[in-house]
Amino acid sequence: MATTAFEPVISTGWGQPQSWTMDSYKKRGGYKGLEKALELTQAQIIDEVKKSNLRGRGGAGFPTGLKWSFVPQNNPKPKYLAVNGDESEPGTFKDRNILTHDPHMLLEGIAIASYSLNVHTCYVYLRGEFKFPAERLQAAIKEAYAAGIFGKTLLGKDYALDVYLVRGAGAYICGEETALLESLEGKKGWPRLKPPFPAVVGLFGCPTVVNNVETLASVPHVFTRGAAWYAGLGTDKSGGTRLICLSGTVNRPGVYEVPLETTFSQLIFEDKYGRGLPAGRKIKAIVPGGSSAPILSPDELDIAMEFEAVKVKQTMAGSGGVIVMDDTTCMVRCLWRIARFYAEESCGQCTPCREGTPWQTRILRKIEEGRGEPGDVDQLYNVASSIAPYPPIGLGNTICALGDAAALPTHSFLMRFRDEFEAHIREHRCPFGDKPWGALGDWS
Amino acid sequence: MAELLFTPEEQKKFDAQISEILSHYPPDRKSAGMLPALRVLQDIKGWLPPEGIKLVASALEVRPERAYEVASFYVMYHLKKPGKYVIDVCTNLPCALRGAEQMLAYLERKLGLKAGEANALFTLRETECLASCGTAPCLQVNEDHHDNLDRAKLDALFSKLS
Repeated sequence: MATTAFEPVISTGWGQPQSWTMDSYKKRGGYKGLEKALELTQAQIIDEVKKSNLRGRGGAGFPTGLKWSFVPQNNPKPKYLAVNGDESEPGTFKDRNILTHDPHMLLEGIAIASYSLNVHTCYVYLRGEFKFPAERLQAAIKEAYAAGIFGKTLLGKDYALDVYLVRGAGAYICGEETALLESLEGKKGWPRLKPPFPAVVGLFGCPTVVNNVETLASVPHVFTRGAAWYAGLGTDKSGGTRLICLSGTVNRPGVYEVPLETTFSQLIFEDKYGRGLPAGRKIKAIVPGGSSAPILSPDELDIAMEFEAVKVKQTMAGSGGVIVMDDTTCMVRCLWRIARFYAEESCGQCTPCREGTPWQTRILRKIEEGRGEPGDVDQLYNVASSIAPYPPIGLGNTICALGDAAALPTHSFLMRFRDEFEAHIREHRCPFGDKPWGALGDWS
Repeated sequence: MAELLFTPEEQKKFDAQISEILSHYPPDRKSAGMLPALRVLQDIKGWLPPEGIKLVASALEVRPERAYEVASFYVMYHLKKPGKYVIDVCTNLPCALRGAEQMLAYLERKLGLKAGEANALFTLRETECLASCGTAPCLQVNEDHHDNLDRAKLDALFSKLS
């Protein structure tokens, strides 16, 4: 349970004039966390992060301090920090806001992390489509160099730190940490077999920490306000607040910073967040944590959007992407859209994923278009099971989790909405006709 | 070869930007600059001509096949010359729930192109997740992002493209 009164941490600057400049960031207390961190030893910094209960915000929720402590400091090779800004799981769009509105918060986190890990070169890997956020971040990096925060000195301390921005070129798989490293090394984004983990053998074969944008943007606050304060904002196992991305059929989609005990119902219906659904619509299902997370039904929404609580429902809080589907929505079409995504984004390295993801897509398209045949639903289940069996026990049959991510939604949609799939096949048409998403906007 | 591909100004720009990129990596890791280097080529020529890919490979001291392998893996690199405007319309689930499929159909009628087709002016593509689900529907024109679109906004945007 939270012991500190809730207040927004990451999003305080959003919407303020020129919030992306160093001037604005410093007026809000920016770079004070770095000053405080530089008074500590490198090991003490990692201890503070451990005490703060900060967990990775990229999806897996791994404890950040622990991750940092895995970097072997007796290894003579250089150490690297790679920032994962390859945000592109459908339903997840929080890093875009951090990069656009408050890039210095990320840079301060980078400086603290780099110093504590003995890192002298950091690469920020942003998805290629983020042209504008990349421009904002590049301008912020330039300001930080000019202010002596990066470069030959670290805020006046004799410690060299270079930060380079690298833009990807359109591949979701590069958000997987080892694919990201491959891409940073100038290759196609093929995930690596683990172990060895990047903390030991990462970029250029050297120890590397890969952290998400939101994770690093949280780090300065652990030092400005203290680890105990930060931990107190969250639950026993997870410190701080969370950015939740709300999308789909709600009146006010967007990114909201919430206390971890906030429930899905509160997020969707409360005035300060989603403000409910358009008149006459009801929730049919929601995706609780990015498109790979198994769906929840309307009677399961009174649970906290927090890693452990969501896990009880056999799904995941993931990267905080909540997608709302209303009762005018065709679930076959929803799953087809999700399946298409994974088929497009499969890197092609493992056979079950390379062959299975387009196969899922073809069956779903056939069913949605009224060409489905008896047996198709079972075949869909079998194909998904060949990519990753259900229930998931660790990784499925592929090197990385993209295979699992492609199979999990299929299992969950079939479990909860099998009738709808069968109805498509029985009636040789989509029961929702040409309005599978309800009528939205005037595009006639 | 280089004279045919680049004008002297372009050559100068290419060389300067490649050397800036290489300064970001250890000297024995020149090939790491592949993604940014290909982007430089695409920024200058509008696409990745085969001779250009060879030049990038040579600057990074790798075989051309390696550069081509990377160029063909990522969707933002154009291996064929695209239309003047590359339109990427997101139709993934969160966008679709907010009318993106209808928007794409409208755009197809408006431009007289199906998704995946191109003419001299436009290349129209259906794309996967632009991470703008809260401001859907959205699209990008030559990587410039436009969101919260409705018919009037889309018409206004396209009236400026010629």
